[in-house]
Amino acid sequence: MSADRVIRIDPDQTISVLIGKSEIGQGIYTSIAQIAAEELDVSFDRMRVVSPDTDHAPNGSYTAGSNSIQGEGRTVRQAAADARYELVHLAAGLWGEDAANLSVSNGVISDGRRQISYWELLGGEAMEQAVTGVGTPKPAAEYDMVGTSIGRMKLVDMVTGQPHFIHDLDVPHMVHGRVVRPPRYGAKLNSAANVDEMPGVLKVVRDGSFLGVIAEREEQAVWAAEALCKNSVWDGGTDLPDENALYKDLMNSLKEQAFLVVDGKPVPDAIPAIVIPEGARQIIEATYYKPYLMHGSLGPSAAMAQWEAGSLTVWAHTQGVSPLRGSLAQVLDLPDQAVRVIHVEGAGCYGHNGADDAALDAALLARALPNRPVLLKWMRDDEHAWEPYGSCMAVKMQGCVGDGGVVIDWHHDAWSYTHSGRPRAMTGSSNMLAAWHLQEPLPPPEARPGGGSHSGIHRNADPLYTFARRRVVKHFVPDSPLRVSALRGLGSPGNVFAIESFMDELAFAAKEDPIAFRLKHLEDARAQDVIRAASDLAGWRPGVRGCGQGRGQGIGFAQYKNEKCYVAVIFDVRVDVETGLIVLERVVIAGDAGQIVNPDGLKNQLEGGVIQAASWAMKEAVRFDRERVTSRDWEGYQILKFPDVPVVESVLIDRPGLPSLGSGEATQGPTPAAIANAVFDAVGLRLRQMPFTPDRVKAARH
Amino acid sequence: MRLGVKGENILATEGHSQRINRFIPSGFGPGSLPLEPDDNLSFFTIWLYSMITLQVNGQSRSVRVDPETPLIYVLRNDLGLKGTKFGCGMEQCGACKVIVDGQAVPSCKRSVSSVIGCEITTVEGVGSAERLHPVQKAFIAAQAAQCGFCTSGLIVAAKALLDRTVTPSDDEICDHLAIHLCRCGSHNRILRAVKQAAREMAS
Repeated sequence: MSADRVIRIDPDQTISVLIGKSEIGQGIYTSIAQIAAEELDVSFDRMRVVSPDTDHAPNGSYTAGSNSIQGEGRTVRQAAADARYELVHLAAGLWGEDAANLSVSNGVISDGRRQISYWELLGGEAMEQAVTGVGTPKPAAEYDMVGTSIGRMKLVDMVTGQPHFIHDLDVPHMVHGRVVRPPRYGAKLNSAANVDEMPGVLKVVRDGSFLGVIAEREEQAVWAAEALCKNSVWDGGTDLPDENALYKDLMNSLKEQAFLVVDGKPVPDAIPAIVIPEGARQIIEATYYKPYLMHGSLGPSAAMAQWEAGSLTVWAHTQGVSPLRGSLAQVLDLPDQAVRVIHVEGAGCYGHNGADDAALDAALLARALPNRPVLLKWMRDDEHAWEPYGSCMAVKMQGCVGDGGVVIDWHHDAWSYTHSGRPRAMTGSSNMLAAWHLQEPLPPPEARPGGGSHSGIHRNADPLYTFARRRVVKHFVPDSPLRVSALRGLGSPGNVFAIESFMDELAFAAKEDPIAFRLKHLEDARAQDVIRAASDLAGWRPGVRGCGQGRGQGIGFAQYKNEKCYVAVIFDVRVDVETGLIVLERVVIAGDAGQIVNPDGLKNQLEGGVIQAASWAMKEAVRFDRERVTSRDWEGYQILKFPDVPVVESVLIDRPGLPSLGSGEATQGPTPAAIANAVFDAVGLRLRQMPFTPDRVKAARH
Repeated sequence: MRLGVKGENILATEGHSQRINRFIPSGFGPGSLPLEPDDNLSFFTIWLYSMITLQVNGQSRSVRVDPETPLIYVLRNDLGLKGTKFGCGMEQCGACKVIVDGQAVPSCKRSVSSVIGCEITTVEGVGSAERLHPVQKAFIAAQAAQCGFCTSGLIVAAKALLDRTVTPSDDEICDHLAIHLCRCGSHNRILRAVKQAAREMAS
């Protein structure tokens, strides 16, 4: 059987989807299984999902970019339709009947007189199906499982505390590992403390400045790592810039590369100068700032590795088993075939967190103790201090309003570092953390600007609005002082925060209602529909904003990457200008994700995304001093808590028959802007820098 | 080295801990090693540590560990109760909460010796798939999880609250859960679930 098999009919009367994308807390296994069950006409309780594994998905890519339902969903739908075709034709051949006369119900094929189940037909054998294209997927009108809110797979396990996560792995002969990172970026290990005599210590692993320990018991590994951390000697380190000059440095870098962005893509054309057009009644300019943000997974990263007879098996909560395999093989100098990577669920990751780094850490430890499975876990400060953050951004907007309150000129200049630092096989360099610290290090590669449609910095930089003239420029700066990679939405949250705040500023200048102002500049009917749906649900108070006497309403809108889920978000807030406190009272969300596979699952994603983005907007920023990252725990990096969370309501617009649109990152952009716009409505103060702390609110008064 | 602070509770009732609830992922084979190790206690452990007996989920459980071991590792690794999650190790996130004598408390820092003689309930003791507690049922009904990593701690905390009062106000619930972090943003569903469970327990 070819390696790209997707559906497996098992003799135990179940059907497995051999999935190529990872469950990362977004509920993808449930929705994908639903799609397969629909095409195969079996009840959902027969469905299983086999996690990504380089043995069955050797060429997959990352679970990223809100692509899983669109891409993987299409693959699984086709493979399931192909499997159904094969099975139905098998039965037709057996009975000498025309396949067109056969029907299927819960895995039982019938011609009206005779019945045979898939499993009887296969006579105790398993059947594996790749995508062949012989089957025709059902038309949407015939769906009865797709479009229903089937509950999340494994939720009973979660609420009863059954082993589920990679942290829970417990296999015979397993030992426990911890790593000890340098105290700061660039520090070199001079001498490691001697912890060999500590209880349970099996091995201290040192390779250059990579330091780790393996012990029989978990607490023994923790204690030995603490002793190593406390008593080892490190030299030097890379100085960090002044935190207060973060955006000044970013916007004035001599290494900057600027690109004109047209239709969501960088082009080689010269960047036109800004010329104020004739007919400009008002000219507005504003700059918006988004700091470095953490993924902040609730469970620190972990991995298990076993090294046997020159081959390595790694269990990891990675977003891409295949790229991780290539990267591990490169760092460990092994052929790809000697490495197998199998996905096991971790805590929600929201992008590229420490998952892949932990996999290499586990592999390096396991190599030093062959045959024993090593379960490696990061501690909280490993995750906080070393995960790759979402890049900070600065976005400068300039716009002109002409006669009739119409935007006649629009300029968007976005500055940021890379948003892409994922592992992949390279030569002479690596994106894997431990690789930088080895005796023969593989340093991080020089960051390069992405040229794809809506990739990285310019994701959602090109607004969906129709303007007479627009100029969108991406300013790529290669050398981020902090380690960065993909965080949910990449450049989109920074760009949409700027666009949607600025639309409100322009509407205010034009003395118009922000929703009417947006609708006037939107031609896309689906975009208009979500804005109207949110407006209806929120009970939008029409009018010019900025005089809410402490209470305000604000909107944010975007279509993720201008091609995925449409989302409009409206916040109701209360603001006390004296204390600077903002209370998020209520938020409503309207979403259009095309054909909806699982409405409640979609709502869960959209609502969760709004709360997470509200947390970014209200609380979050990675802090550092001249030596090191100082956000090393949940006190030093605060997130939204239960008492701070607004009431959420959402409404979905279903589009049966239209393609399903990725939704996992769709709310990240509109949310911060909606909050800032609501604050402006409440007290007339414009917040242009995240997070919206009380100090920033008070400072906005001057 | 302290060897158990409440000597009367250190009873060798069950022999040393037994491995239960193994979680073996796909692709794992013990390879060149025997399927099950003979004994996972080192000589060092037997020589140095007395037996510690805990009351967990209504059962008496004995372990031979360093008495300073944080409770979470004993629950997870010696008693096979993997539901209790390690989130921060600093009592800042609530993922590791268990009920100790009626109070939901973090288990990531407190030593196992400090809870000898206490009644400990973990998420596994709140209810099982066959006998779900109203809080667990309500979490399922509200689909109050995305990644599910914070879920155990929240269920334990909600049970402790509702054991005290089945008519908590919204503010009381929020305050009670204030230390618990949920990074996926499932807060609204969690609050809805706790309120639903309260209604069910009150009726």
